[in-house]
Amino acid sequence: MSAATLAPGHLDDSRIGLRANLRHVGALTRRNLMRIKADPESMLDALLIPIIFTLLFVYVFGGAVSGSQQDYIQYMVPGLLGSTGLNLAMSVGTGLNSDFQTGVMDRFRTLPIGRSAVLMSKIAAETCRALLSFTILIAFSMMLGLEIRTGFLEVLAAIGLSLLFGMSIVWISMLLGMSLRSAQAVQGVGMLVIMPLQFGSSIFAPTTTMPGWLQTFTKYNPLSALADACRGLINGGALAHSVTIVVVWSLVITAVTAPLAVARFRKRT
Amino acid sequence: MTGIATAPNDRGSAANAVEVRGIVKHYGETKALDGVDLTVREGTVLGLLGPNGAGKTTLVRVLSTLIKPDAGTAFVGGYDVLSQPKQLRRTIGLTGQYASVDELLSGYENLYLIGRLLDLSGKEAKARAAELLERFSLTEAAKRPAKTYSGGMRRRLDLAASMIGRPKVLYLDEPTTGLDPRTRNEVWDEVQRMVGEGSTVLLTTQYMEEAEQLAHELTVIDRGRVIANGGIEELKTQVGGRTLQVRPVRPAELPEMARCLNETGIAATFSADNGLLSVPLTGDEQLTAVVGVLGTRGFGIAGIHTELPSLDEVFLTITGKPATGTVPTRTKEPVA
Repeated sequence: MSAATLAPGHLDDSRIGLRANLRHVGALTRRNLMRIKADPESMLDALLIPIIFTLLFVYVFGGAVSGSQQDYIQYMVPGLLGSTGLNLAMSVGTGLNSDFQTGVMDRFRTLPIGRSAVLMSKIAAETCRALLSFTILIAFSMMLGLEIRTGFLEVLAAIGLSLLFGMSIVWISMLLGMSLRSAQAVQGVGMLVIMPLQFGSSIFAPTTTMPGWLQTFTKYNPLSALADACRGLINGGALAHSVTIVVVWSLVITAVTAPLAVARFRKRT
Repeated sequence: MTGIATAPNDRGSAANAVEVRGIVKHYGETKALDGVDLTVREGTVLGLLGPNGAGKTTLVRVLSTLIKPDAGTAFVGGYDVLSQPKQLRRTIGLTGQYASVDELLSGYENLYLIGRLLDLSGKEAKARAAELLERFSLTEAAKRPAKTYSGGMRRRLDLAASMIGRPKVLYLDEPTTGLDPRTRNEVWDEVQRMVGEGSTVLLTTQYMEEAEQLAHELTVIDRGRVIANGGIEELKTQVGGRTLQVRPVRPAELPEMARCLNETGIAATFSADNGLLSVPLTGDEQLTAVVGVLGTRGFGIAGIHTELPSLDEVFLTITGKPATGTVPTRTKEPVA
């Protein structure tokens, strides 16, 4: 009766095919989106944060930082695009944590689906949320005077880049979601990670007046590169360097944290 | 359904839906399971009886591939929990204290989702969800979020969710804990119906009464070890079966009533303290016989009820010590 006596053909040979896997991811993504529909408040961060941040920074700091609100909108909004993706990515861990807490995850784990399907569906649903949030941010900023000085494709590229970076952060968020006890803890630690990254960057203000050590931090902060890249894509200007940095950061973060998150998920499941 | 191959015959007899041998699971110093053996024959219900913390849920989690045992072997439907988890998952359904539905989603959406994850087509999943909602009397509430359901509706939805894939083996982990008696009976009816349709069930419970209602055989566990197993009747003989208690209209007649019964060969005792006449029931006819004898002799009966040995009493008899967890002291079952 021991495993050693089993013929190889009797081992777990029902590997889940690509089509079945896609179908499972689709069904789970639908579930994640239905949850948003059932709990619309969970969309508030995606809908309101871009609006509130834009209003707050443009009217409170805009004049002081850039001399004119118009200049500041052109400076800050592209950077905000990147940090919005980061903010949303952090909420994935909270959702994952509550799935473990409520026993929904146990139900999924007794079903013959691939382990990765649950994680992939979180990413898919988060992408939908982020795309909506980006659209609102850009539309609202345009009402306040943001000019797209390049073209539609460049704006799409800026969104794509922000999404790419956000999706690399999703894995960190998932790791937190699976390592910390409660959803509140996940949210709290997530904020601790986001705040310094967000404000210790070139998103809201040029870094030239910052002390040296902070300048060093902002220089290597991937969000600065992301802000620069998005500025280039929306306002025109040099791109290659900052885009490369963002892509490399995203790939490196994903390459390191995705396997860790998957391993953690397998261990817990 | 795809994925179900013929059960390999080198691992356990085909007639055993679940075979567990020497399963061990330790959490640090705690021996949640300390070498458990059990067998569930195909098409039967095995009641896994034990107090809180006995290891019932841990065993269900091992058999659902949710946790890996430290030692031992377990086969469900012929599939190994360790090496064939995916095939095994296709043969089981789980309704547990822990595995749960999504509270934000409606009953229908929950069932539809599980159908899709079990590789039903959209159309099939829709039809199956509607069929099960109907069967579990949830059609009216189908579109409402599960969090608005009452305890009983919620449990029925859990049962429906575990049945979408027409599993060969169902695990019901304390399916009625925390339910009121009426809802509990609804759940029992459903379980009996599933068994009637050929499901094999592993039922964990803290209640002797529930085990007697539903199970064909019993395995009693405590502190991660099997302390007794066998048929319900066997175990009842071991621990003593039901007792019939009669409350007379005129308590002064108690000694006379006991004497009359003893004369006809029915062992009866009485207690002047609580004013009850007690008769151990040795067979189904005996209740009728007792009432018959008392009736023809003109004794007035104010009320009767039968009493099962409680889980505590079962434990006391088997182990000589009380159960480790807290359980209700006696289960009463009014019959008049």
